[in-house]
Amino acid sequence: MKNQSNSTVPFILYLADNNLILAQRNSEWCGHGPVLEQDIAITNITLDLIGQARMLYQLAADHINRQNGNQDATEDTLAYLRNEREFSNVLMVELPKGHWGFTVLRQYLFSEFQYLLYRHLSAHADEPLSAIAIKSLKEVTYHVQWSREWVLRLGDGTSESHQKMADAVQDIWMYTGELFQAAPFEDAAVLQSIHTEWKQRISETLEEATLIVPEKVFMQQGGKQGIHTEHLGYMLAEMQYLQRMHPNATW
Amino acid sequence: MVTPVYDTQHIHRLLEAVSDPEIPVLSVNDLGIIRDIQINGHQVEVVITPTYSGCPAMDMIAESIQSYLHSCGYNEVKVTTVLSPAWTTDWMTETGKRKLETYGIAPPNRITRDSDAPKKCPRCGSTDTRVISQFGSTACKALYQCNECMEPFDYFKCH
Repeated sequence: MKNQSNSTVPFILYLADNNLILAQRNSEWCGHGPVLEQDIAITNITLDLIGQARMLYQLAADHINRQNGNQDATEDTLAYLRNEREFSNVLMVELPKGHWGFTVLRQYLFSEFQYLLYRHLSAHADEPLSAIAIKSLKEVTYHVQWSREWVLRLGDGTSESHQKMADAVQDIWMYTGELFQAAPFEDAAVLQSIHTEWKQRISETLEEATLIVPEKVFMQQGGKQGIHTEHLGYMLAEMQYLQRMHPNATW
Repeated sequence: MVTPVYDTQHIHRLLEAVSDPEIPVLSVNDLGIIRDIQINGHQVEVVITPTYSGCPAMDMIAESIQSYLHSCGYNEVKVTTVLSPAWTTDWMTETGKRKLETYGIAPPNRITRDSDAPKKCPRCGSTDTRVISQFGSTACKALYQCNECMEPFDYFKCH
């Protein structure tokens, strides 16, 4: 992105962390989905996200190893041996899974963002990164379709589902601003243009779902700088437990 | 012990015996995931591309290729993965699509560049079908139901 040498690794890690943390959160639905087909759908999306995270971590590891002249970094060390403050995912993806409506709404807001970002990265100068983006774009297209349908169904559904979705929009909205707040490893102009298109797509969907797009509200941030909500620590403690307790354990 | 023939086309034909663990009627050739075969002396490198990034079958496919070629007498086999160009169902062979249908999975059917749906129910042949879920039992499939014979069936999504 801006400064190729300094920002490449943090940028790739940022993308990977978003994917991993959202995937880990979504995986809590495994065996708990409202119906079997949707349980399978959300876990399939989760699998895609983990697959993308793996490719991104491996790419980051390659860069790190080249810089350090060793082979110490791997996709696993990056996922399992970094602390909370070293994760740069946005706060939105670490929030508890909430109810089904909250989960699908978050997935939708994030997938639309990811779709636009990957579309931009498809033409990125870093060839391996653009290859991952092109590959992932196909998968995210399904994620957008699926989560959008759920937002419409629940928003424009029963009075109870509508109310739950309206509340979910209010609850999550203050975490959407961070997606477009450029960190030093991001390109502000690119984010701004993505933001415009994202807002337009989201507004159309929410309107169709009879939901209201919140007016300007206070936007929470900090994830990209490693300042997280309390929720991330608990998640990492559980996710990293085995590698921390039994270093280098393999399957 | 079989005597290994160091010829790319020969090895490519051998790979017909390696199948997708999730959809055993399809060989890795049918899937279109073999991107290249390199021979350097007695070293064989098979280059594959993943179908979906998180597909758990990929590791197993790489292992199957390696162990099958070992059993064919090739001692030095390396399987590497490339991401670009990204795999597409357009690379699936016509034979593969027929095998899928016979197996009970509707093959990928592109309607426009961005839309796709099964041509017909793989059981009764009716064109009157509806989607139940965009995500089926594996990442590559969607779940459909036939409105005619009422049977639910898997559809291999265009990708």
